[in-house]
Amino acid sequence: MWKSFKPYALIAPQSLVFALFLIFPLVMIGVVSFWQFNGYAMAPDFSLDNYLGIFTSLVTVKTYLNTFKFLALVWVVTLLVGYPVAYFLAFHVPRLQWQILLFLLCTIPFWTSNIIRMISWLPLLGREGLVNQVLMNSGLIHQPLEFLLYSDFAVVLGMVHLYIIFMIAPIFNSLMRIDRTLITAAADLGAGGAAIFREIVLPLSAPGMAIGSIFIVTLVMGEFVTVRLMGGGQAASVGKLIQTQIGSLQYPLAAANAVVLLGVTLLIVVSILRVLDIRKEL
Amino acid sequence: MPDVKAPLTPSPELTAAGASGVCLRSVTKRYGGVTAVENLTLDVPAASYTCLLGPSGCGKTTTMRMIAGHEEITAGDILIGNHRVNGLPPTRRNTAMMFQSYALFPHKTVWGNVDFGLKMRQLSLAERRQRVGEMLEILELSHLGDRKPALLSGGQQQRVALARALVTRPQVLLLDEPLSALDENLRIRTRGELRKLQRQFGMTFIQVTHNQDEAYALSDQVVVMDHGRIDQVGSPAEIFSRPLSRFVANFTGDNNLFSGTVTQVTPQAGQAVIELAVHGLGKILCCGDYAQVGAEAACCVRADLIHLSGLAEASSPGLDRALPPLTARITAIEFTGYITRVFLALEKTGQDLLYKARTPDWTKSCFQEGQVVALSWLQRDCVFLAH
Repeated sequence: MWKSFKPYALIAPQSLVFALFLIFPLVMIGVVSFWQFNGYAMAPDFSLDNYLGIFTSLVTVKTYLNTFKFLALVWVVTLLVGYPVAYFLAFHVPRLQWQILLFLLCTIPFWTSNIIRMISWLPLLGREGLVNQVLMNSGLIHQPLEFLLYSDFAVVLGMVHLYIIFMIAPIFNSLMRIDRTLITAAADLGAGGAAIFREIVLPLSAPGMAIGSIFIVTLVMGEFVTVRLMGGGQAASVGKLIQTQIGSLQYPLAAANAVVLLGVTLLIVVSILRVLDIRKEL
Repeated sequence: MPDVKAPLTPSPELTAAGASGVCLRSVTKRYGGVTAVENLTLDVPAASYTCLLGPSGCGKTTTMRMIAGHEEITAGDILIGNHRVNGLPPTRRNTAMMFQSYALFPHKTVWGNVDFGLKMRQLSLAERRQRVGEMLEILELSHLGDRKPALLSGGQQQRVALARALVTRPQVLLLDEPLSALDENLRIRTRGELRKLQRQFGMTFIQVTHNQDEAYALSDQVVVMDHGRIDQVGSPAEIFSRPLSRFVANFTGDNNLFSGTVTQVTPQAGQAVIELAVHGLGKILCCGDYAQVGAEAACCVRADLIHLSGLAEASSPGLDRALPPLTARITAIEFTGYITRVFLALEKTGQDLLYKARTPDWTKSCFQEGQVVALSWLQRDCVFLAH
């Protein structure tokens, strides 16, 4: 009796948490997104007004485009910076202990809360910040650089800083799984360094890049803290838009936006999965 | 399987490159303070099949990797077809290697794997197509061209690895334990195919193996290695019947060893008769090339060359028995099919011996477990081991 019950008992707490804090809120968001909002209160209804508002508003479209811009920049930078780091760890660090140690070094920034890490950029990048002071005192510039903080640059910098480990880790993992005899075999068959990378290493690390990209997509698409702290009032993202709408108690509109955002994010993830097969990494 | 059909002969240009011999001259490999291969000198004749035989860690794989160019040599010279190849990259040595794990590229199809070496050599697409197609046909893989390696059986993967190595038309093919991942039946069948391919292509094959049956069945020349040195080089028959050292005697067959001191050497036509004083047993006569009186040495008798007789029986006439009769107790009998293995313990010293009989002969003999029997052998079957 207990034996057949035991596996269910083991997963029951997790299922309960999932049902209460994931499924139920998602359903609620879906339901509320069809409700009406009349300026001071919301009323149960089945109305498509919220969605019509989203798809016809130029502001929303611009916000989405801006979010995609952030996503593209963060994705490219994390990939271009993260891949060499992962490659270095996997192929140029000779011993496993050192690889693990150096990888842990990469994770040190994550021992602090995201928000504190974002706030600590302020004294560095601000108008009177460290970077500007150094540059001005050394005579390189005469006016403080304005783009350092409260700009798209700052937002991308902040997000890269926050999320690059999510790109490095899966790529490192997939590079570590490459059987080193494959590389010897390729060299035996006449492949040089560039050909080995192009023909063997890159294709075999593609699943790692795909998993890293999925992390980046889901994290950046929902971003609002970095956008607000680092972008000042200038930068916009869908996450920030939703947060603003919640702040002004426009729950149905925020819910509809959230549903659309979820849909768009899933669409990107699915298209990544269509291109790259990640099953062998799991 | 290729052995069922008439053999396909490769087109002339496939073998046009011909075969090269390989010479190692005092080759040494050290990793830090550890010596993996020490002062190794070896000649591998062109178009021969040579097996490097030894236990794991004996330096056989390192030797092969040095020939292939995947391992730097610390000292000495490697010559392939009379060209010194020290320091040359693998592709400029005209060698190809087949890896123990096959090292097939998992993201490429069978065709892509076999094509890889040709693609890297930047041959024309037409020539690549023709050569890959031909190679797949020879190895009976044509129907599997677009499969990924993970969807192939072990035997098919092995043939893809072989095709990939052969398609570049190397002069020397290096095979690292090519059969060890296959199950017993497939191994024996594939072994025959390997030998046939080697003859068909006329290439020099050098194979690393730890399995003496494999080495015997495949080789023209067997190189027995231990602790980074060559112990003995010879034809399979020589290695099997005339081991020169205890290591070779132990490793390459079921031999019974006796250690002792050389007391007398009597030169005879061709070989010397050497008398060995074996502790606890007395004098044993054996045959060898040369021995120093007073040296510590050993001799061995192969398990299938011992003769058992009942205690009451007179020894069979016509055989020149070499010993004062030794007696031993049968401690266990193991039936292994065609051969029955009989474990014996010498009455005088308790030393364990092995006797192998053809099962039909053993069944006729009516010896029982626990019985004490007399042992003897022909003097010429007792081989002197110098070290």
